[in-house]
Amino acid sequence: MKITIRQTDFDAMTRYARKLSPEEACGLIAGEDQADGSREIRKVYYLTNRDHTSEHFTIDPREQLAAVRDMRAEGLKPLGNWHSHPETPSRPSEEDQRLANDSRASYLILSLAEPEHPVLNAFHIEGAPESKKVRKEDLVILPESGSNGDDQ
Amino acid sequence: MVITVAGEKKEVAEGITVAQLIEQEKVEMPMYVTVSVNEEFIESGSFDTHVLKENDEVEFLYFMGGGR
Repeated sequence: MKITIRQTDFDAMTRYARKLSPEEACGLIAGEDQADGSREIRKVYYLTNRDHTSEHFTIDPREQLAAVRDMRAEGLKPLGNWHSHPETPSRPSEEDQRLANDSRASYLILSLAEPEHPVLNAFHIEGAPESKKVRKEDLVILPESGSNGDDQ
Repeated sequence: MVITVAGEKKEVAEGITVAQLIEQEKVEMPMYVTVSVNEEFIESGSFDTHVLKENDEVEFLYFMGGGR
């Protein structure tokens, strides 16, 4: 599946994650399904990591509820979540996979392992807890002036 | 009676519990779902006994967490 995020949102996400590093940063993503089956991220939510550690994240459920209500008010659809890996690659860890329980969600992971070269990937994760299947999604970062990637 | 589930108004049976609504809505991986009713979180141990009322607003939120 193709999923798009604006360059400005990617930059803001990176700044936020760097600011919180070495703790993992986290949040939600919201947007729209497109006619061609792709997904467009229109808004990124920056939420509190209740764990406040470099090794885990747990999104605060009260903030999660407020974000979901905000999405609804803005006519956006919940698309999934994102979190940072301050020191490890952009791929779902065993714990990420175990705790990914919404097969409709896109799971975005931002790696700061190479500080000057942040890497963002999106994943689809589904299946029973003991046998999760992970598929990398086609994440496209849209330039600031574009809305559909045609001018990349 | 009418309640709102994830922003959508739905007709449900009088006396329906949170647990019954979870089943009716075919919520995926319900053991990892947090439920709020009128913005108050319901303890998972009360899903079987918490009876919903007319105009209640229900949200199902997946636990979201992970680790490196």
